[in-house]
Amino acid sequence: MGRLIGKKLLTLVPVLLAVSLLTFLLLSLLPGDPALLVLGGQAGSAESIAAVRTDLGLDRSLPQRYLSWLWAGLQGDLGTSYITRQEVTGAILERLPVTFELMALSLVMALVIAVPLGVFSAYLVGGRFDKSVTGATFGLLALPNFIFALILIGVFSVGLGILPATGWSPLSDGVLENLRSAFLPALALSVGNIAVFTRLLRTDMIATLQEDHVTLARSKGLPTSRILFRHALRPSSFSLLTVAGLQVGTLLSGTVIIESIFALPGVGRLLFDAINSRDLLMVQGIVLLLAVIFVLVNFVVDVLYTFLDPRIRSGATRVRA
Amino acid sequence: MSAPDPVPARTDGHIRDPAEQGHRSAASAVELEDSRFGHGGVTTEPPANGRRRTRRRGAGLLYRLCLGWLALIVFVAITAPWLPLPDPDTIDIAAKLAPPLTAGHLLGSDGLGRDILSRLVFGAQVSLIISLSAVGIGIVVGGTIGMVVGYFRGRLETTVMAGVDVLLAFPGLVLLLALIAFVGQSLTAITLVIGFLSIPIYARVARAATLAVSQREYVLAAGLMGARTRRILFREIMPNVILPVAAFGLIALGVVIVLEGSLAFLGLSVEAPAATWGSMIAEGKRHLSDAIHIALIPSVVMFLTVLSLNLVGDVLRSRFDVREANL
Repeated sequence: MGRLIGKKLLTLVPVLLAVSLLTFLLLSLLPGDPALLVLGGQAGSAESIAAVRTDLGLDRSLPQRYLSWLWAGLQGDLGTSYITRQEVTGAILERLPVTFELMALSLVMALVIAVPLGVFSAYLVGGRFDKSVTGATFGLLALPNFIFALILIGVFSVGLGILPATGWSPLSDGVLENLRSAFLPALALSVGNIAVFTRLLRTDMIATLQEDHVTLARSKGLPTSRILFRHALRPSSFSLLTVAGLQVGTLLSGTVIIESIFALPGVGRLLFDAINSRDLLMVQGIVLLLAVIFVLVNFVVDVLYTFLDPRIRSGATRVRA
Repeated sequence: MSAPDPVPARTDGHIRDPAEQGHRSAASAVELEDSRFGHGGVTTEPPANGRRRTRRRGAGLLYRLCLGWLALIVFVAITAPWLPLPDPDTIDIAAKLAPPLTAGHLLGSDGLGRDILSRLVFGAQVSLIISLSAVGIGIVVGGTIGMVVGYFRGRLETTVMAGVDVLLAFPGLVLLLALIAFVGQSLTAITLVIGFLSIPIYARVARAATLAVSQREYVLAAGLMGARTRRILFREIMPNVILPVAAFGLIALGVVIVLEGSLAFLGLSVEAPAATWGSMIAEGKRHLSDAIHIALIPSVVMFLTVLSLNLVGDVLRSRFDVREANL
């Protein structure tokens, strides 16, 4: 078990290095001179441009710049923004809690909605309930989150006036206020996941319900809800877990849009602002951080997997049913 | 009809080889990839034995309606300059916020008095150009890469697939936004960047499909009969790879349309005043309380288009099922 995790940890290092290299290369090789941006777009004299370039370390070679960026980054310093003069790491850390809360809340919401829907439509497979759930989730898959966000704002803020359309109340304002401001954005963010999770769980659940241990539980006369949620849900939830992990990438992408629509002070919004002011170092730092988070989450999911599924834990690999 | 067989669903990726970390089974890769940008694809269908038959019976009408809708969008996008429509960029403040069915503005006008129907039609052009070209780039480049490494295997495959994994380690839209910001907001730039970023996904799909057919007898036979590698790749293997990749590409068209919409919504798509569906929705956001049709109409159009692409792609995909071809 420990060896397995250790082995996986080892494969993590080259992936993370490659991710950092690619982030650096993609954004460094793009056209445009950051020195000109610092000077505010005015055509400064050749000397002042050269001075700024030296100041920013742009006169060094690409490998040198990468190594020093990486080395400083490993020590928690991703540089200082050319534009806002903020420390990149500090600015990101300050805003990370909002984004994390949004993502966590959105995942929880998606699961709370999707698990019962998936379980019951698998139980009632082929019935009217199942058909309407399948149809509705198919529709949700085609609904972009920004459109869903507008619908939610239209109904709950403009129409009913019960929830705020924009703005963020931090936890220090009280949990209830905080949740009120986070509810609509989190729900808007979860639209795709609700559909994906429901469909996935339904499929796996249909398969599990055919298995012998479920038949046994049924013949013992256990109540249906106990069979569904205690005996069938866990073996059906492996793919759900993997996909929930993979969806973190989608969620990270989604927060950029959702945070902009709802004017939330999160990392997505920071990225959006940095992009609009062409703040290269800030963009680089955020992209790197989000990619690293994504890779780490997938790693954790992978490890969790081995805990949940005894077949992998025992090393009985390549069991292809 | 017998009960659904539990076995096929189980192969969908929850038993994995821990040594091959990060390489999800090709089948589930196909499955999961398309949801990477947020929406997209349809997850697994139940492995019911009667699936194909029920599809034909139940989804026939819906399938045709969707095809019809897509045909309509393509038709108006191509014939846009010759249709009897007002200019999409003409600002007419006097006629602003006109509700649908106003004389001269069939679907009403937006906050600047521009004709919504006309902007929808010209927006369809943008969506169509970007999605078709981006998916085309992905299929041609990514498909070729996937096919070649899936056929030759070896160290080349390991290296290329590692690169693919690294590119896929980035949250899609985040990388897209970052690149667009610095490459520029022209139609060409957006298309190229989306196309470039989608190459890894097609490479994976094509590789999985190639692995499934490259050991078949007829490929072996072609090799033994002395066919050149190029002939084997393009005449024997490609016909079997192109169908699943193309069916996947159909769903990807919808993903790209949503991506462009997201960009436009953030003000990072094609520069104003060019009409795109996303920018129309973004514009309508300001008028949610007084003129809801401005946001609603383009939203519905985008939704129906993506829905149609998903449904058609799903039907086609169930016909050429990659998942049945195990890695």
